[in-house]
Amino acid sequence: MPINENLSRFSDYAYTTAVAIYVLALIFLLIEQSFGVRGRQAAERAKTRELAGAGGPPVVEEVPSKVANTGLIPPARAARIGRMGAALVVLGVLLHLSALVLRGLAVSRAPWGNMYEYIMAVTFVAMAAWLVVIKKFDVRHLSGFVLLPVVILMFINGTMLYTTAAPVQPALQSYWLVIHVSAAILASGVFLIPGVASVLFLFRSAYERDNAKFAKFGPKLPSSDVLDRVAYRTTVLAFPVFTFGVLCGAVWAEAAWGRFWGWDPKETVAFIAWVVYAAYLHSRATAGWRGTRAAVINTIGFALTVFNLFFVNLVTAGLHSYAGVN
Amino acid sequence: MTTTEAPPAQPRKPYRPSPLKRVLAFLRNTWRGLTSMRTALILLFLLALAAMPGALLPQRVLNATKTDEYIAAHGWWGELLDRLQFFEVYSSVWFSAIYLLLMVSLIGCLTPRSFEFVKQMRAKPVLTPRNLARMPHHRKAELDGGVDDVLATVRTRLRGWRRVEREEPGGVRTVSAERGYLRETGNVIFHFGILGVIVFFALGKMYSYEGDVLVQADGSSFCNSGIYAYDNFRPGLSIDGTSLTPFCLKVDGFKAGYTADGQPEHYESDIQYQAGADLDSGTWRPYHLEVNEPLRTDGDRVYLINHGYTPAFTVTYPDGKSRTMSTQWRPVNPQTYLSEGATKFDEPGIGDSAQRRSRQIAVTGLFAPTPFLHGNVLTSIAPGLKDPKVAVDVLRGDLGLDTGKPQSIYEVDQQMVDDGRLKKVARENLAVGQSIALDDGTKIRFDGVKQWVMLQVSHDPTQVYVLVFAVAMLLGLAASLLVKRRRVWVRVTPVDGAEDVRRTVVEVGGLARTDQAGYGEEFTRIARDLLDGKNGN
Repeated sequence: MPINENLSRFSDYAYTTAVAIYVLALIFLLIEQSFGVRGRQAAERAKTRELAGAGGPPVVEEVPSKVANTGLIPPARAARIGRMGAALVVLGVLLHLSALVLRGLAVSRAPWGNMYEYIMAVTFVAMAAWLVVIKKFDVRHLSGFVLLPVVILMFINGTMLYTTAAPVQPALQSYWLVIHVSAAILASGVFLIPGVASVLFLFRSAYERDNAKFAKFGPKLPSSDVLDRVAYRTTVLAFPVFTFGVLCGAVWAEAAWGRFWGWDPKETVAFIAWVVYAAYLHSRATAGWRGTRAAVINTIGFALTVFNLFFVNLVTAGLHSYAGVN
Repeated sequence: MTTTEAPPAQPRKPYRPSPLKRVLAFLRNTWRGLTSMRTALILLFLLALAAMPGALLPQRVLNATKTDEYIAAHGWWGELLDRLQFFEVYSSVWFSAIYLLLMVSLIGCLTPRSFEFVKQMRAKPVLTPRNLARMPHHRKAELDGGVDDVLATVRTRLRGWRRVEREEPGGVRTVSAERGYLRETGNVIFHFGILGVIVFFALGKMYSYEGDVLVQADGSSFCNSGIYAYDNFRPGLSIDGTSLTPFCLKVDGFKAGYTADGQPEHYESDIQYQAGADLDSGTWRPYHLEVNEPLRTDGDRVYLINHGYTPAFTVTYPDGKSRTMSTQWRPVNPQTYLSEGATKFDEPGIGDSAQRRSRQIAVTGLFAPTPFLHGNVLTSIAPGLKDPKVAVDVLRGDLGLDTGKPQSIYEVDQQMVDDGRLKKVARENLAVGQSIALDDGTKIRFDGVKQWVMLQVSHDPTQVYVLVFAVAMLLGLAASLLVKRRRVWVRVTPVDGAEDVRRTVVEVGGLARTDQAGYGEEFTRIARDLLDGKNGN
């Protein structure tokens, strides 16, 4: 199969541009997070304080100005900047998608045959999933916390893990590459969101228990209920996909390596992550384990997903050593 | 799993229970403790934790050499870990203990749950609450039309829901409807699926076997007739190797394709096989063996897992006799397939063993499929065959083949060299067709190269059951996570008015029985269809 180097180069351009746009969007959305009116609780507390204190004066006027006093940018403008940030994210996602598609066309196969391509696809899924989440939940101002890990991942990926377009080795030449790896990509990408939401949940619930903790950061986050719901609903979507991916991996391993399960490092860590996410789902149905503990478990699950990607690919030697990184 | 925790065991009464009762109470509490959700959670964590060393430490089943190196490199620490079974995590006592406990816990929570499930499946939807306005979702409206008309609309709209109609005093009629039973069904199936996977996985460890065999790709054959036919055999716990499924195969050829920079693109091997009735009739069936395309016979699978080179050498003795040997050499570099080996010769026609043992010859050294010479040092730069070369030492003397001590086919016995009974008589780099002349007139010619393939034969009668249960598990999981269990109640109250104009108050209430949000939209649609006069929609 010949490699189309032009397309591959265009894919690199699209990738780099997408990262640049994400960085810009990150700045915009962090401005909204810091100065926006979405520090709703803060705004509301300010409002109630106004109501209790002043009584008469025009309260509605007071609220934004009160919030604005804490920052450089008035909330209305911050919200506008946030909307621009979101628009930039959409643009970035489109470029990200074209990078992926161009890479696939350049090598005439599914563009996830090595670690560079895999991370490119995972980050794409994470961003696309996040766009869906901000459509359903009022959490746009949190985009920065999703963009930050994505940008870091993409930067590391583009600089340290970059691999030139090439065909894949014989064991990977199977339609299972499309099925198994895309399931893994979908699940890992979506798992980023509950991971971020759970970390934020931990901050927020600490603040809700004791307002002195994270007194500045806490009020700017949505209520722990919302964060918990975001985490749960995304996990519930990703977990069956992840299970499907592992199952397809087993079926493929039976055809390629002679056994469906052999405790290869990647299989093992996938199994561990699966068990941890299963524990997360159970913990939400167990008295005394809801809330903080569940969030901790979900965070561990995401940490394992990242560990499986980096440590197992780059440090251990197993059958899944397809990173293509020297 | 049961969400309630075990109640405290000892009642604070002066009354002393009989020993039998105490034992029963102890057993009951142990059982409850073991099957509680909290225990299950902790066991899940322990399982995750216990599986971790398997990813971080080398495992004997995957790579025995690396494991031994690790133990040697870490002194007492490595030995301690070895003693504690950290190098065979998944067959260790502690790992097995955790998953057995988890299995007991699973059975313990599945049993009552299955009964509960059956009961629930037969139960009718619950009574309509007196005050529907208290439900999380609620709407109320007054409609034209009689009670029966409204009920007909409700029946049509709630088709597919499990419904019960009840009457209340004053001509009031109610409908209770519930949907999403698939959630609980999925949940039970998921847990039974896990149980099935674990059971059959364990059975697989008993009744499966795996073996590797190296076959020359020149029409040589292999028959699955016993352990001795294999180079390496890994039996399951209850496999003694006496009743392997018989089949035979012949390897006619092997081909590998590489990119310009030596990355492999495909491996393929043409084979012929006979299994089952073909063995009696002697029919050979062709098969094109590739990576990802194993040969599947009745009960066994044959995989192409590696390949390598067999250099052929001919030794021509001074008296004109000659002997050709083709012994496989083993790759030492998996990228370039630089290979090493020892091809050993016995001079033909010599009866006296002492004389024969003084004149045995070994050709040992390196083989490079795509050679590159640094001065005189041979290396390989690519795995494909391109003017292959060998760099060989020729040793003459006693190879030690008659000592009865087994020796590697890839090496000469170093002891013989150290004892001076085997001496190096030549060292040369040879291309195909070139030869070395020894001092006594013996000529050694590098004739050419053949290929060999490494085949893996696998037998696992349980894997299809594991697959079935795994698929059931997946479907159950998806249903139990994505289906929403929800209830709708409708209360229809006739309004007293003029005889000819009949009006009815309709109240709709809704409740999602799972914590997943998202039922609101569906409820809004139902309420709109029922209350906003779009009859029959």
